[in-house]
Amino acid sequence: MPELTVKGIAIDDTFAEAFDMRATAIVITAPTERWAAQAATTMTGFATSVIACGCEAAAESVLSPQQTPDGRPGVRVLMFAVSTAELQKQLQNRVGQCVLTSPGSACYAGLDSGDDKLKLGDAIRFFGDGWQIAKRLGARRYWRVPVMDGEFVCESTTYLTKKAVGGGNLIIMGESPAKTLDATEAAVKAMREVPDVIMPFPGGIARSGSKVGSKYKGASASTNDLYCPTLKGAVDSALSPEIASVLEIVIDGLASEAVAAAMRAGLATIIELGPERGALRVGAGNYGGKLGRHHYHLKDLLP
Amino acid sequence: MSSLTFSLREAPAQRLDLSPLNSQNLAGKTVAEIERIGLGTTRIRVSAGDIFRVREGDPDSILIEGGAERFDRVGMGMTSGAIRVEGEVGVEAGRLMSGGQLTIRGDAGPFAGSGMRGGTLDIDGDAGERLGGPLSGETVGMSGGLLHVRGDAGARAGDRLRRGFILIEGRAGPYAGSRMIAGTLAIGGEAGDLPGYLMGRGTILLGRGATLFSPSFGDCGEHDLVAARLLASYIAQASAKLAGLLRQPLRRLAGDLAALGKGEILLPGP
Repeated sequence: MPELTVKGIAIDDTFAEAFDMRATAIVITAPTERWAAQAATTMTGFATSVIACGCEAAAESVLSPQQTPDGRPGVRVLMFAVSTAELQKQLQNRVGQCVLTSPGSACYAGLDSGDDKLKLGDAIRFFGDGWQIAKRLGARRYWRVPVMDGEFVCESTTYLTKKAVGGGNLIIMGESPAKTLDATEAAVKAMREVPDVIMPFPGGIARSGSKVGSKYKGASASTNDLYCPTLKGAVDSALSPEIASVLEIVIDGLASEAVAAAMRAGLATIIELGPERGALRVGAGNYGGKLGRHHYHLKDLLP
Repeated sequence: MSSLTFSLREAPAQRLDLSPLNSQNLAGKTVAEIERIGLGTTRIRVSAGDIFRVREGDPDSILIEGGAERFDRVGMGMTSGAIRVEGEVGVEAGRLMSGGQLTIRGDAGPFAGSGMRGGTLDIDGDAGERLGGPLSGETVGMSGGLLHVRGDAGARAGDRLRRGFILIEGRAGPYAGSRMIAGTLAIGGEAGDLPGYLMGRGTILLGRGATLFSPSFGDCGEHDLVAARLLASYIAQASAKLAGLLRQPLRRLAGDLAALGKGEILLPGP
């Protein structure tokens, strides 16, 4: 693959291919930042890929008490799915099982506008068994559901956007697993500073990038053998001999520009770290450009 | 552009219905046309020009210089713009208003904000009885907007309140929040007997308690309510004093258990 080299790091002349998705955001607050983060972590567990999890979700940012509706510490969570119905189902189940249950929690809309509305408290309120009460403050309506440590306050609805993008990605390749992980972790850290994006895989990183299809019936995806270093000599590998480890960062954003900004931040960090301490090469995953309408060419995102 | 100004010539000899003097009704009218608008309520005809010196100005900003206890229905049915009265007013100020800003720089009579649906009504002085409440035969009182009284309010403030906020910085008379359907009534001072009488839903904040509570309210103990924090930040701009009362642990009385019983009276700690 034709390459460009920036500060000793090879950049593939390729692009990340991403897809339109539906997305929403909520703000979870709690008496302490720790418990807000705990509710967010629990709610976004098993939400790495829409392939089997129903949605992709993660904490996007930590909010100070001054940034939340009730003046307590908070966390903003983004959630992505392939359809409005699935997004509604996932939101309702995850808030109901993971946020409602978390000590001291409250839950609010994380988007102020959008293409449509999703039920938030309107779906959870029935837990109150008739003791729930609503309070309208201006344009916003909140449900107060009695629970064993007080009240669960939950805004009635949140917005969804149909302009979300899922599947932006960077493929980071290095001469050792440790150096590759260092570079990828540094990139994820920088990308987390970009608003309106999440990296839904564990710690923001996927080590099992996949290709479409499988030799086995019923499996829609399988290991990306061309990028597996242990198969370098067995397949028509995409890896040169010095590459010993490959990791991927998948990015979902509320808008295409946010995904591009995150990829730009990640690339800049990897390049800044340099080949001695980090990655030797960066690529991106696509399907020939035929499946997703969002194409992020690496050469356009270089610092 | 300066305000469209009505300067009181002398105290009126009869009760006046000032409801025609609002932005939507005066837009596009000349001073001469405005002066011919009838305001009387008796067989003796009285027009705006008889009562006021009218100075041309922006009809979205109406200034009434001088008030009178006989100025009834000021701002009634207003939908937008601003009306400011430099003085007291009579009954039904801001009744059925659905938008805009009505400011009374004095006392208001009974039924101020009666059945209002939106907008903001500010009363710098005291308000008469049945603040925001319905007239006879009506089933619903105030159903939206913000009604702010800086002084005291009379009996049955917030009667049949359905939605919106009534903020009373001072004291309130007996039966505050009677028959409340929902909404929020906040009283900074002491309330009279039996606040929340037969309320179904809604929130009543009593900064200094009441002279007598109904036994049909159940004490639910003291709590640090997240909902109170939301209420506090929502009303903070209008009243820092009342917002401050909500930013502390609150004793919650559930009731009226003689009615639906899903309402609450909130009491700040001792």
